Amino acid sequence: MKKLIVAASCALALFAGQTQARDWNDIRIAFDVPYEPFEYKTPDGELTGFEVELAEAMCAELEANCEFVIQAWDGMIPGLLARKFDAIMSSMSITPERAERVLFSEPYYNTPGGWFARNDFNTDVTDMAAMEGKVVGVQRGTTMDTHVTNEMSGIVTVKRYTTAEDMVLDLEGQRLDVVFVDYPVGEQTIMNRDGFKEVGEPVKLGEGVAVAMRKRDSDLAEKVNAALRTLKENGTYDTIMNKYFSYDIKM
Amino acid sequence: MPDFIAQWLNQNEVFTAITVAHYWDGLVTTVQLVFLSLLLGLMVALPLAIMRTSKSPFISGPVWLYTYLFRGTPLLIQLYIIYYGIAQIEGIQDTFWWTIFREPFYPALLAFTLNTAAYTTEIIRGAIVATPVGEIEAAKAYGMSWALRMRRIVLPSAARRAVQAYSNEVIFMLHASAIASVVTIVDLTGAARNIYSRFYAPFDAFIGVAVLYMLLTFILVYVFRRLERRLLRHQRPVGG
Repeated sequence: MKKLIVAASCALALFAGQTQARDWNDIRIAFDVPYEPFEYKTPDGELTGFEVELAEAMCAELEANCEFVIQAWDGMIPGLLARKFDAIMSSMSITPERAERVLFSEPYYNTPGGWFARNDFNTDVTDMAAMEGKVVGVQRGTTMDTHVTNEMSGIVTVKRYTTAEDMVLDLEGQRLDVVFVDYPVGEQTIMNRDGFKEVGEPVKLGEGVAVAMRKRDSDLAEKVNAALRTLKENGTYDTIMNKYFSYDIKM
Repeated sequence: MPDFIAQWLNQNEVFTAITVAHYWDGLVTTVQLVFLSLLLGLMVALPLAIMRTSKSPFISGPVWLYTYLFRGTPLLIQLYIIYYGIAQIEGIQDTFWWTIFREPFYPALLAFTLNTAAYTTEIIRGAIVATPVGEIEAAKAYGMSWALRMRRIVLPSAARRAVQAYSNEVIFMLHASAIASVVTIVDLTGAARNIYSRFYAPFDAFIGVAVLYMLLTFILVYVFRRLERRLLRHQRPVGG
């Protein structure tokens, strides 16, 4: 009996070893929709967006059958670890906390921070002497917050907000001179109103957004990295990017 | 800050000299905000409470409306309306009022004062109404005028009854002041939120701030206990 158990467990171990070393012909990729223009559904229900198209191109490059899974954001990492899918391509920024639980590929995009102000604002945001005493609004805990806190505290007054809407109200009400915010957020909440403009150049910050995979699947990560590198070099990446963005997010 | 304390703090991951200084600034702001709003609130509430006990509906009616409006809505909403609402008034930015209301401190002070004044008015009114009829009749029999009666009999007696309920209001106000951080004021809670988002250490940041609030509360409780003993000294047993 004992021998049988040993034999059975050996066979199981072999079997398990075999399933582990997959050749990745099938990859399940998770997205949280909607997050325009990165991933969203068209009116007829088709999944599309910058990251979706990039994932499709990546799968073509890997010659793999990809299945796209919709997953709400708060269940993203647990779902990955529970093997509901193999990779996350849903605008997940690299942070040290996440890197402890998942394996990140090389970053594939990074949205810049943008400076936005009312039309009557005429100061160069990179000129520290001119910015002296100005009131700058940021969203608390963002990379934009860290940037302004590290580079400009003592020169400008930093006001931290929880939501972008509150910040825009104070920009409109003249409590803030200028805000520094994630570019897509600024484009959606500020630029579609009258009386505001973008000032200065967008600034690239942070470590960027990457594909997240299970820590044990380093073989998949190698393939993904190779595929992303090819797409960035052969122009496919730029074609997809220019379809969705008027500014550079390549990383 | 002495050097050896700064050195000891810098070995710590979250509570470095910089974050402790940040907490200290937040503590000062919280104490200023709460103390000023309570002081102003009490000064407003006392005459309002006397008006609220008036028999004429033209005097008591408006006060009734005010206390019900401010006790019937959440403080957070009142703060939002005052802070964001004032900025939306056409042309306010060109008047001298804007130099006051541009800073978040004064809209918050206004909201907190109006809120605590509404509650304090009702606390004092209740204490005034509960004055024993005999005391007032005795005062009348002595020929005291309304003002003298108020000053010598009604208000001192009401203060004794109101002090316990008012101490609760003071502690509630301290804790309610935590919402000042939503309008960008860096009070204790604002400091904790900034430190939390910087270090991703919710436990350290918020437990630290909870301890500070608790210390403030204990100080308040102690002060009010002394005040109660003084106001109610006539009730203590002889030799006790």
